[in-house]
Amino acid sequence: MSNKNFLLGIFEDEEHLVNASKELKDKKIPIFDVYTPFPLHGLDDLLDIKRSRLPYITFIGGIIGLSVGLWFQIWTSKVSWPLNVGGKPFNSFTAFIPVAFEITVLFGALITVAAFFFRTRLFPGKAGDIPDIKITEDAFVLAVELKSSAIDPDLVSSIFSTHKAKEIKTKRGMK
Amino acid sequence: MAEHTSKLRIPLITKFRGYKGISDDILNSVEGKPNIGWYLAFMVAASALVVGFAAVTYQILNGIGTWGLNKTVGWAWDITNFVFWVGIGHAGTLISAILLLFRQKWRTSINRSAEAMTVFAVMCAGIFPIIHMGRPWLAHWMFPFPNMRGDLWVNFRSPLLWDVFAIGTYFIVSAVFWYVGMIPDLASLRDRAKKGIRKKFFEILSWGWNGSHRTWHRYEVLCLILAGLATPLVVSVHTIVSFDFATSVIPGWHTTIFPPYFVCGAVFSGFAMVLTLLIITRKVMNFENYITIAHIEAMCKVLIVTGMIVSLAYGTEFFIAWYSGNPYEQYAFINRATGPFAWAYWTMVTCNVISPHFFWFKKIRTNVVAVFILSIVVNIGMWFERFVIIVTSLHRDYLPSSWAMYSPTKIEIMTFIGSFGLFFTLFLLFIRFFPAINVAEVKSVLKYARKSHE
Repeated sequence: MSNKNFLLGIFEDEEHLVNASKELKDKKIPIFDVYTPFPLHGLDDLLDIKRSRLPYITFIGGIIGLSVGLWFQIWTSKVSWPLNVGGKPFNSFTAFIPVAFEITVLFGALITVAAFFFRTRLFPGKAGDIPDIKITEDAFVLAVELKSSAIDPDLVSSIFSTHKAKEIKTKRGMK
Repeated sequence: MAEHTSKLRIPLITKFRGYKGISDDILNSVEGKPNIGWYLAFMVAASALVVGFAAVTYQILNGIGTWGLNKTVGWAWDITNFVFWVGIGHAGTLISAILLLFRQKWRTSINRSAEAMTVFAVMCAGIFPIIHMGRPWLAHWMFPFPNMRGDLWVNFRSPLLWDVFAIGTYFIVSAVFWYVGMIPDLASLRDRAKKGIRKKFFEILSWGWNGSHRTWHRYEVLCLILAGLATPLVVSVHTIVSFDFATSVIPGWHTTIFPPYFVCGAVFSGFAMVLTLLIITRKVMNFENYITIAHIEAMCKVLIVTGMIVSLAYGTEFFIAWYSGNPYEQYAFINRATGPFAWAYWTMVTCNVISPHFFWFKKIRTNVVAVFILSIVVNIGMWFERFVIIVTSLHRDYLPSSWAMYSPTKIEIMTFIGSFGLFFTLFLLFIRFFPAINVAEVKSVLKYARKSHE
């Protein structure tokens, strides 16, 4: 558990939250995170989120799947137990493409999903570390980390309230 | 606030009750008690499942001699059902993956139940080839695993083995996509639950989801990647199913048009089944404001397009049979249209070629009862398509002395009824215990075509 302190602004309308985020960005106050019931678009720049690298993982997963799929079929058919099936070559490469394709997709998908859960630190049975109980329903929460004295909590609160935050509260120890 | 203001577009969600309203409307069906309609539907489905269970037990104990197959017609009812159910599944992936890539916002209300339909339809499909193996308790022999027979492996050159990998991958990827899509809603159920078993249950299932924007950002990328993978996957699955036939040397099967023809047929039949299911679901679960007439209309339009592609394929098959100059190929098609199974062929043509054209009329597209009936007609037609392809191509062998007819036994019919029982039982349990509409995605389109500023 961390001992960080957070100031949370809870909004009822996502547009108010976006406006508040813009103002925080203008005032150079870093936003820790935003918690919403559905994905909001246009926040990535305000939160300094970089493009996700998941597609690279998919590519690597697909390559692994393709290699494993082809290698295994050729190895079983040509090396481990060469079996003459209707006079076809032991390495019937073209006939191995459908299965190799399926294994490519399977590995690509499963490795990407695993990477996603690893990176977002989600796992079965993890207790939901939610800033507000309404977060999965209709609350939009903007969290600012109060790092030492660099950030003035009063300024942040006033920004929250000018943008019609329903509630402003502090929270300790959120991950 | 939030009135309908766009002149060009109509809102996707017809009644505006705010974000909490959406959660209440959809999640109450999980939290509360189901209505009488659900119980009635469940009783019918579970009864059909019991019939199927009895039939499957009987035929496993007695062997597949209980089927109507003979020396000439070695594939018939079972493989028809297999292809039928795999095809049904394809609309789910089309809605959840391809419409996501095309940014079709209307998919948000129906993608969850369509994905569930995919998963359950693939389970139903799997029953038939597994029973057809004759010794279903040895079904694991389909997979290549180190064994006591001196590393004897499966034959990777066989399209039937390609099927194992295609259907297996399809099932796993669809189930994962479906579950990943459900996590935010399961978290919502967790947060709405008071203390107790329900809260614990959804806590385990929701993986600690907290709605963080950083997670959402990656989550949306993940969904796009899975959609991007599922799209070629779904095309490959029915392509490989069609290879079961196309790579053989049977007149009527050995054609290169089969892969695209099967994929379009699958989407056609799948959308018909989505319509059948959702028309029931929106009524039983009171989702009329979420699965609206506009959704039904959009799906009807997909039926017109895919129906016409399927019709074109029927015509092309006949043309190529004539153009090939191959008398066996020509006979196979003339026999389809005029032989002893002509009734099946013309049932197929009536249901698949003619019936979708009713959907040109807005009056019919917006009439729920008419759409429901036509969707069932298309389901019947697409079942007959597979029956016609399989049985009429086989029953006239190269040797006239081997010519035979095929009719299903009671056991086969009961198994088919049972597969419907399994499908609807699973689907009804799903809409009862899990959020049947993607709450988070529906919230993101609530303000579509609405002005949101006060």
